[in-house]
Amino acid sequence: MIQASTLRTVRLGIKNLMLHPLRSFLTTLGITIGVSAVICMLAVGEGASYEAQQKIRALGSNNILLRSVKPAELETQQQNSMTPQRYGLEYEEVEIVRETMPAVRLVVPVRELNKTLAQGENQANVPVYGTTPDWLHVSGVKLYEGRFIIESDSRYTRNVCVLASHTARELFPFENPIGADVLIAKKSFRVVGIYGPRDGDSSGASGSLNADGAVIPIESAREYFGELEIRTSAGSREFKLVQLQEIKVQIEGEGNVLEDNVVATAASIRQLLGLLHEQSDYVIDVPLEKLQAAKEQAQIWQIFLGVIASMALVVAGIGIMNVMLATVTERTREIGIRRALGAKRSHIISQFLVETVVLSCAGGLLGVGLGIAAPMIVEASSGMKAIFVPSFAVLAFSISAGVGVLFGIYPAWRAAQMDPVEALRHE
Amino acid sequence: MAAKADNEVKAVTAESQRTTSKSLPDEEILVRLDKVERHYVMGQTVVRALDGVDLDIRRGEYWAIMGRSGSGKSTLLNMLGCLDRPTGGHYYLGGTSVGELDDDEISEIRGQRIGFIFQSFNLIPQLTVLENLEVPLFYQNIDPQVARARAVENATKVGLEERLDHRPLELSGGQQQRVAIARALMNDPLILLADEATGNLDSRTEQEILSLLDDLHSEGKTIIMVTHGQSVADRARRVLHLRDGKVERIVKNHEAAIHEDAPLAR
Repeated sequence: MIQASTLRTVRLGIKNLMLHPLRSFLTTLGITIGVSAVICMLAVGEGASYEAQQKIRALGSNNILLRSVKPAELETQQQNSMTPQRYGLEYEEVEIVRETMPAVRLVVPVRELNKTLAQGENQANVPVYGTTPDWLHVSGVKLYEGRFIIESDSRYTRNVCVLASHTARELFPFENPIGADVLIAKKSFRVVGIYGPRDGDSSGASGSLNADGAVIPIESAREYFGELEIRTSAGSREFKLVQLQEIKVQIEGEGNVLEDNVVATAASIRQLLGLLHEQSDYVIDVPLEKLQAAKEQAQIWQIFLGVIASMALVVAGIGIMNVMLATVTERTREIGIRRALGAKRSHIISQFLVETVVLSCAGGLLGVGLGIAAPMIVEASSGMKAIFVPSFAVLAFSISAGVGVLFGIYPAWRAAQMDPVEALRHE
Repeated sequence: MAAKADNEVKAVTAESQRTTSKSLPDEEILVRLDKVERHYVMGQTVVRALDGVDLDIRRGEYWAIMGRSGSGKSTLLNMLGCLDRPTGGHYYLGGTSVGELDDDEISEIRGQRIGFIFQSFNLIPQLTVLENLEVPLFYQNIDPQVARARAVENATKVGLEERLDHRPLELSGGQQQRVAIARALMNDPLILLADEATGNLDSRTEQEILSLLDDLHSEGKTIIMVTHGQSVADRARRVLHLRDGKVERIVKNHEAAIHEDAPLAR
């Protein structure tokens, strides 16, 4: 019985609204724009957050990255001093981390060299990584062709290298590089494989990092290029002695266990390096922490965008209230008639409230339709990534329905408070 | 004799107020006004629209209320129809003291016990005849199918069975008033209140509507009608004349003045 009467009230509400179709349409337009704006803003926010998170994920959320940095006190030292500036991570720390940290799966030392690769007339200035075979598992790359460096390459300091896909194309535009030789700082290395970004997309967040470069065994890097780096610029020379530019630590576990392990291991490594290093010549990057921070930031950003877009809904709500107040005045006599025929105040309230909710829900539905299309239009026209998530539509629609109720209460209450006698006299 | 009757009614009223504040034992008296006042304050002035009206109306009676403009006719009708409340005195309808009810209870009384017929018909323009007839039952939570059947029955009773899907503006004045009468009958009211029900109609249609009201009276309906027209008032059994918010006299048609007709003249 209640459902039947509710349905009849809704039907009556729609009928009343259809008496003034243009007015009803214009009133719903505000809500439509507001809802689509909310969805679109949230989709743009989601897109931006997704891209940021992808970049961080490329670093590996189960990794901890230790990097050598030049300490601030060395920055002020005489640039032309012949004494090399010694700082950064060292080989023995790799072993210490491997042996003392229980949740560690892999520890990968990386010696990064800035050398020129040459093949015939083709040259490429790309980073050359002296590392171990496990680098393949911690760097977000996969092997495309041939083989990766192996343990014995390092043991026997073989002159072998694995080229990144983009670098391979630069150096060998017309031939298969596998088995060919390239010169790295004038030393000959045989190409044994090609690697590239795991998702195959070299234009993406992690792609450009992983599509250029070359990997050689760490012992070969040590043997052939040493640890001393001389950088010459504008009449000054800088001597640096850095054993490792990076140590990548991969942590064991899945889900929450992994997160706990990452946090705990990062804390232990911070403590360990604090003891081993007298100067602050390293940084510890925990992509998981960055990812969590990025997620939190994205949430704040989305809330901010959502609130801004919701302002449009509030404005639309005020428009609805205005129209409903005018409607109540227009229909004063009808209110009087209904009251004379036995309508309680609650009946009058529900009648007008239903009309407001029908208006805002109709606007909301149109807005959802537009909101689903808007991110695609934004993406196509501006190149900004926008991701539509169904929960955005649910949220925006709920807000529009809420706006309908909120801004419909006052006109409905005013209608219900009318004195029946006065209402019946209204011309 | 009148004084004796007056004492008797007061005794009944006092007795009923002792037993319950809302009920009267007298089943025969449908409407009882006991020194009813309706005063409005307009700035510094107090307008006494009704000023100490005493009245009893029995079931099945046909009353006309007459008086000059501003005499309090419409205020009295609004009071009787529970659209307005007394600022003084008591109004009992079917044994219930209306002044003590809250807004929802009064709305229920209007919906269940009273049928209104207005001078300007007061039909809801966006609804069809059938839907207009269903409105009173909608607020009573009556099953829609039952409401529809009753609407068709009442429309047939007033000769509008062919016009069920028409909107009010597609009907003549007389037809609209017939719809209004049919709507007033939808809840099978205790009392039919007509406010200048024929005021907007030509004389032929007026006669049709008055005949319809005569028929309803002969079926046992209690009718109270406000009118300016003596010929209209002549249809009623009793005519209440108001002057300055007071009962000037009550006339029993074709008979002597009502002061001989105790206990109605209290």
